[in-house]
Amino acid sequence: MTTSDKSSSMELKSGKNELFTDPNPDNARDFFKNKSRSLKSKLSTVENVVKTMVNDGDYISIGGFGANRIPTAIIHEIVRQKKKNLGFAGHTSTHDFQVLVGGECISKCDIAYIVGLEARGLSANARKAVQSGKIQITEWTNAVLSWRLKAAAMGISFMPARSMLGTDTFKYSAAKEIECPFTGQKYAALPALYPDFAAIHVHEADIYGNCRIYGASVSDEDLAKASKRVVITAERIVPTESFRQAPSSTIIPFWCVDAVIEVPFGSYPGNMPFRYYSDEEYLMSWLKKEKNPEEFAEFFKQQIYDTKNFYEYLELNGGIEKITKLRAIENLIDMGEK
Amino acid sequence: MTDYKPMELMICVAARILEDNAIVVVGTGAPCAAAMLSQKTISPNLTIMFEAGGVAPVLRTMPISVGDSRTTHRAIMTSSMPDIMESCQRGMVDYCFLGGAQIDMYGNINSTMIGNNHAMPKTRFPGSGGANDLASLCHKTLMMTPQDSRRFTEKLDFLTSPGYLTGGKSREEAGLPKDSGPYRIITNMAIMGFDEESKRMKVLSINPGYDRKDIQENCGFELLWADKITDTAPPTEKELDILRNVVDPNGYIIGR
Repeated sequence: MTTSDKSSSMELKSGKNELFTDPNPDNARDFFKNKSRSLKSKLSTVENVVKTMVNDGDYISIGGFGANRIPTAIIHEIVRQKKKNLGFAGHTSTHDFQVLVGGECISKCDIAYIVGLEARGLSANARKAVQSGKIQITEWTNAVLSWRLKAAAMGISFMPARSMLGTDTFKYSAAKEIECPFTGQKYAALPALYPDFAAIHVHEADIYGNCRIYGASVSDEDLAKASKRVVITAERIVPTESFRQAPSSTIIPFWCVDAVIEVPFGSYPGNMPFRYYSDEEYLMSWLKKEKNPEEFAEFFKQQIYDTKNFYEYLELNGGIEKITKLRAIENLIDMGEK
Repeated sequence: MTDYKPMELMICVAARILEDNAIVVVGTGAPCAAAMLSQKTISPNLTIMFEAGGVAPVLRTMPISVGDSRTTHRAIMTSSMPDIMESCQRGMVDYCFLGGAQIDMYGNINSTMIGNNHAMPKTRFPGSGGANDLASLCHKTLMMTPQDSRRFTEKLDFLTSPGYLTGGKSREEAGLPKDSGPYRIITNMAIMGFDEESKRMKVLSINPGYDRKDIQENCGFELLWADKITDTAPPTEKELDILRNVVDPNGYIIGR
């Protein structure tokens, strides 16, 4: 088909659900113009970060994928500080979403995948929250949420892509069809996503916020660039010199980052590639507890509200002894016992 | 003849479709098992990718998440979600696998919801995840699914991932890549493809123990039939041995 006969007959559709965030790149530039570029220590605490960087009604996004490389400490603290009416970017968000739904923190969600826990099954609570209409939903896909972040990282207002076309996923999104000015090709225009707040867990960071991730980076390079306020939790804080010795391994640079916190084993109960595997027993028991609301309320209180911080939470669930077991599983080492 | 389960047959059939030197994006579960079996039988140089960024891992054990460490075990590269999906969009990925609660005669799939109110669905499923992207962007979509007349339905409650949409040329007219779309639907009863013109689902091969009547009775729409219907070859001893003892020794997917 040639460009001319295609464009003349082309009907362009629009998704009908709400766009929760502002895709305007000039508004983003106004914000980024005043974002600090200084090479100063950004060390902080989980409590302080959530108190000062997360507001009720903010749109937030969590790094990692599923229950892999997740900033558990920050997620828990958002629940402890009872942050409300948050918007959320749900691209394969599993245990993190489960925790935030347990705390009733979320009221709007860009949904690609939040109800399931992959091979483990479905979350009764996440399901209930969506089925009851308690959480307002706009449909997207995993790649589309990645590309919306990429558009924001590029400082533009949309990204064209060939996903979602012709489907109900598009119909209940907030995307719009456009026509390529060069080829006449139809695309879904995906609005840039500039989150207010992002939390990303990494293997190594320095005090300024330079970061290294081992294993799949998922969407975190773009997420760090696209978000207005970014907190990094790191398995360990390392000297800046280690970045200067291997600059090609830096995946997030300091000027994207507002706060840094050392949280060893901070992805627990999730997987941290090359460090420790997910605690499958714990994740399965959480899924089971969700089936009984009363039992779950008690469990959730004990796990999150009654623990002061991530370290108490980790202790409660087996502490370092548990981590050593998960480390053996991660590295496929037979320790001769379960 | 060796005894086998329907799931084992479906995995073996899928493994035979994945040819050597192709690229396939898989999820957890049966698709991953099929790709592993294919590598260990006919396609040693099949490249496996996972949507979170795992590229060409040497899979030793089955992943639980498509982003967990198993997906990058001895991988060639640890990449990113946009990188994998952009490879699909660029046309570098041959196969993907999809699952869902409903499928229609054009191979469109619902993995989002049951009900007629999107804001308050009767039953909510996970939704697209990366499924819509893979079904839109990979050259050939495969599906392994048990077959019954509720799952194989005339009308989806929600069209999550595109097959041939309303048939004919509608997929390409919607803007989706040309010559892409559903390739084979592998059920416990049969192997289906799609008619070249109408893009309707067409039975190509019948699995051992089933006949035409079973297959049509367990389908909510009228199936087309290939001029020459073949008999699906049952799993070989060798396939079953590798599947049971190497690919899934714990029986996570195939059962014990």
